[in-house]
Amino acid sequence: MRFQISSLDFFYGAKQAVFGVNLKIPANKVTALIGPSGCGKSTFLRTLNRMNDTIRHSRYSGEILLDGQDIRQMDVVKLRRRVGMVFQRPNPFPKSIFENVAYGLRINGYNGNLRDHVEHSLRRAALWDEVKDYLHKSAFALSGGQQQRLCIARALAVDPEVLLLDEPCSALDPVTTAKIEELMFQLKDSCTLAIVTHNMQQAARASDFTAFMLDGKLIEHSETPKLFTTPQDPRTEAYITGRFG
Amino acid sequence: MSRARLIWRKSLNAVMLTLTGVAAFSVVSVLFLILGYLVYNGGKSLNWAFFTQLPKPVGETGGGMANAIVGSLKLLLLAAAMGLPVGLMAGVYLAEFGGRTFGFLVRYTTDLLNGVPSIVMGIFAYSLVVIPMRHFSTLAGGVALGIMVIPITLRSTEEFLRSVPGSLREGAMALGASKWRTIATVVLPAARAGIVTGMLLALARVAGETAPLLFTAFGNQFWSPGWNQPISSLPVMIYTYAISPYDDWHRQAWAAGLVLLGLVLVANVGTRVAVSRGGASRGA
Repeated sequence: MRFQISSLDFFYGAKQAVFGVNLKIPANKVTALIGPSGCGKSTFLRTLNRMNDTIRHSRYSGEILLDGQDIRQMDVVKLRRRVGMVFQRPNPFPKSIFENVAYGLRINGYNGNLRDHVEHSLRRAALWDEVKDYLHKSAFALSGGQQQRLCIARALAVDPEVLLLDEPCSALDPVTTAKIEELMFQLKDSCTLAIVTHNMQQAARASDFTAFMLDGKLIEHSETPKLFTTPQDPRTEAYITGRFG
Repeated sequence: MSRARLIWRKSLNAVMLTLTGVAAFSVVSVLFLILGYLVYNGGKSLNWAFFTQLPKPVGETGGGMANAIVGSLKLLLLAAAMGLPVGLMAGVYLAEFGGRTFGFLVRYTTDLLNGVPSIVMGIFAYSLVVIPMRHFSTLAGGVALGIMVIPITLRSTEEFLRSVPGSLREGAMALGASKWRTIATVVLPAARAGIVTGMLLALARVAGETAPLLFTAFGNQFWSPGWNQPISSLPVMIYTYAISPYDDWHRQAWAAGLVLLGLVLVANVGTRVAVSRGGASRGA
C-alpha cells in the first residue's frame, strides 16, 4: 500500500467537505475516484500532497500515511517531490518546453545530465517524438493535449512515487484522452496513480480500483470490474447507471 | 410611440453622440496642439550645440543644455536605484503575502503617497537631505524623485503579479517549489513584461517633475561631478529660461521642452510596443 488514509475529515474554514474517509491506495495500480460534482474528490486528492495547505483557513484531521509515514510530519517540499500532481487544465510555465520539464529538476538541485533526463521524461509522457526538434520553443506553442502531456512529463521528471491526476482529460478531445489513458497504463510499472475523473467510462477503462464518493463520504471502494458490474451500495448503482450525477 | 417622442429620442441621441465625440476629439487635439507648438517653436532652436554645449552666459547667443540632459539622467538613475527596488519588493509582498488588513493599509497609504503634491515631496527631501548637508545636491533631488517612483512601481507590480494565474503557482508548488522559489522563478518572470513597463512609465513620469527639484537639486550652470553638488535638469532649466526676459533663452526653453516631451513619448510608446511584441512572440 502506498497511501493509507484513515478517518480523514477536511474543513474549509467552518465548512466540512470530507467526512471520515478511510481508503488504501495500492502501489503500482491506478485508483480512480468518481462521484458527482462537489462530492469532495478533488479536495481529497489535494490533501494527499498537501496542496490544500495553500488555502487559508483549511485544515484536516485524521491520518494520511505515505509508506507508513505521516505526511504532516514530512517536509512538504520532499512530499511534493514524491507525490506529483497533474491538474485539470494544462498549466505549463511561460518558458520553453525544455525549461518546463527541467524546472522540477533545477529547483531540486539535480546534478546529473539534464538533457538526458528531460528526454527520458518526455519519452515517458509520449511527447518526445513530437517536440524533439522544438525543445526551445515556448510551451504555449503546443496544442492543449500536448501541453497536458508536457505537464505530465514535467511531473514525471522528478521521478515521483505517486502521480495524482485531477481530471486530467476533462479539457481534452477523445483522441488525446485515449493517448493519456494509454500513458497511465504504461506508467503503472514505475508509479502509483490516483485519478479523479468525471468520466465513468474512463474510470471503467483505465483503472484497477475505483472509489465512489458522495457528499464528502466514501460510499464504496473495490476493484473496478466489481464496482461497475456488481456495486454493493444502491447509491453507487444509481450513480453509475446515470440516474443522477 | 408618438411621433414627437420618437423625434425627441433621435435628436437626444444625436446630441449626445456629438457631445461625447467632441469631448474625445478635444482630448486628442490638446495633445497634438502641445506637440505641434513644441515642434514648431522648439524645432527651430534644436541643433547639435544644444546637446553638447554648456549654457553660455547671458548676452552671448548659442550654448546648449548638455549639463541639463546629463543632470536629468543622473537624477533618474538615482531615483531608479532608490525607488524601483522598494516599489518592486513591496508590490511582491502585497500580491503574494499580503493579509487583508495590512494589504489594505499599504495600498491605501500608497495611493495617498501618490497624491501628495510633488512640491511637498520637495520640501520633505529638503528637510531630510538638504538641511543636514547644508547644501543642495543631486542626492537630494534623487531622493525626492525616488520617493515619487515608489507608489507607481508598487501598484503596477502588484497588478501584474495578480494577473498571473494561480494555476501557474500551483504547478510550481506541486513540483516542490517553496513559496519564494515559485515567486522568483515562475511568477515574476511571467509578469516581467508588465512590471518593466510599469517601472519605465514611473521613470518617464518623474522625469518631467520640476517642483521637487527646485530646492533640492536646485540647478547648475556647469557640469556637476559626483552626487554632492547642485545639478541642472531639463524641467528646471525650462522653468528658469522661460521666465527670463531673454529671447535667446526662450528659444532654448522651447527646445528643451521638445526634447523632454520627446524622451517621455519615446519611453511611453516604446515600452508599449516592446511589451506587445514580446507578448505576441510568447504565444497565447
